[in-house]
Amino acid sequence: MNRRQMLTGLGGAALAAGPARAVDKPFWLSPQLPAGTREEATLEALPGKQKLIRLTDRPPNYETPIESFRTPITPNDEFFVRYHLADIPLMDQLNGWSLTVGGDAAERQVTLSLDDLRGFEQMEVAAVCQCSGNRRGLSTPHVPGVEWGYGAMGNAVWRGPRLKDVLAKAGVKAGAAEVWLNGADGPVLPTTPDFLKSLPMDKAMADEVIVATMMNGQPLPHLNGYPARIVVPGWTATYWMKHVTGIQVSSKPLENFWVKAAYRVPAGMFPVDRPFPTQDNEKTWPITEMVVNSVIADPVGGARLTAAGFTIEGVAWDRGHGIRQVEVSLDGGKSWKPAALGKDLGRFAFRAFSFPTGRIEAGNYVLSSRATNNAGETQVDTLKFNPAGYHNNVPQQIPVTVA
Amino acid sequence: MFRYLALALLSAAPALADEPTLKPGPGRDVVQASCATCHTLSYIRMNSVFLTPDVWKAEVAKMRTAFGAPIDDSAADTIVKYLSETYATAPKS
Repeated sequence: MNRRQMLTGLGGAALAAGPARAVDKPFWLSPQLPAGTREEATLEALPGKQKLIRLTDRPPNYETPIESFRTPITPNDEFFVRYHLADIPLMDQLNGWSLTVGGDAAERQVTLSLDDLRGFEQMEVAAVCQCSGNRRGLSTPHVPGVEWGYGAMGNAVWRGPRLKDVLAKAGVKAGAAEVWLNGADGPVLPTTPDFLKSLPMDKAMADEVIVATMMNGQPLPHLNGYPARIVVPGWTATYWMKHVTGIQVSSKPLENFWVKAAYRVPAGMFPVDRPFPTQDNEKTWPITEMVVNSVIADPVGGARLTAAGFTIEGVAWDRGHGIRQVEVSLDGGKSWKPAALGKDLGRFAFRAFSFPTGRIEAGNYVLSSRATNNAGETQVDTLKFNPAGYHNNVPQQIPVTVA
Repeated sequence: MFRYLALALLSAAPALADEPTLKPGPGRDVVQASCATCHTLSYIRMNSVFLTPDVWKAEVAKMRTAFGAPIDDSAADTIVKYLSETYATAPKS
């Protein structure tokens, strides 16, 4: 019996037995998601995780429920899970883990253990890890891909050595163009390209970029990259290589599907501080820096509230300038009032915000939030549509009723 | 794959035994056998119903050329036809 027959056979067996599992639906899902996504989304707990919103289980793509964003640090067991390819090493297979650092623009090749990584100076950074495709499912028109709602993101305190200190062990030669990153997870079929990504040298050498072994004071969860992942504050999560096993300093730009075809935005549509010249072309740029954004975690759409009032709560973030202001609206964006900002956890972190309404008249309201960063950038009024559904920072429209 | 299978057995949902059911239609068996080799069929249901037949065709082409799926021309035609008839919206006129 080959693999296909086995799959078909198992599917048949499951059908014959009949689905017995009760379906556990999320507390809230955006009505803007495709109908099929809303039907598919189910709450389910992976090993070591609370129940997250399962979109797919092979490979696993599970998003964090919106109510988790009432606090600026996302607990490890509520942190989203995202894989492109389904061959994921188990924990016991990662116990002999080592990291090879070399490449044609390195002086030498070195192999580092987890203890070796812990021997470097340890840095800590609170940073938002957000999938490039977060909110793809809200794109108008819809575009193909994993149809994420709001929860393909989280904020954690990451700890580990600076990438530049790790690179120094191998020695960076003049003429280095990019740092190539590989992880232990891979494709089911040998014909599928392995997932590798690259960073431009100046970002790779930036102080904030680390090889994290700790997340919120604990070892990385298995499905968030145990035992070590690259943390690239300010940039979308496609660069945050999980289970990182290979770091190559290269004199040449990386060329594969994941950098040349995927993860790209129309050139110039989303301005960045730090370009990626070795991967830019006339028509498209790689997606890199996040856009200023915010999410209201509470109340959710359809909530029924009382005249005693309620507090609008959520988080805001950007690409590393830090959040200057968050405003909220109760009339769908016609008028705005400033929200109170929570503690500043650093320029790459979630910034909590809250707005207590006080006593409020009965009626229908539409809640929105709008963040502005320290560079003066504000969330857009209308979607900057792009074919992969990236960088959607249109304020939410959350209908609630006060009765 | 076998490594992930082991992972799935640890979780509440064994991946393959729980493979979702696709809508009936000609070619469904080819779709299930071809697509489920690398990923759950949830990808199809999640991406519905909003893609046009042309976009489904492009997705199948991407699976073959970019992801190296071993699907021959005949199977690809069957898959595109099935997806276009069961999980697609009408093409824009």
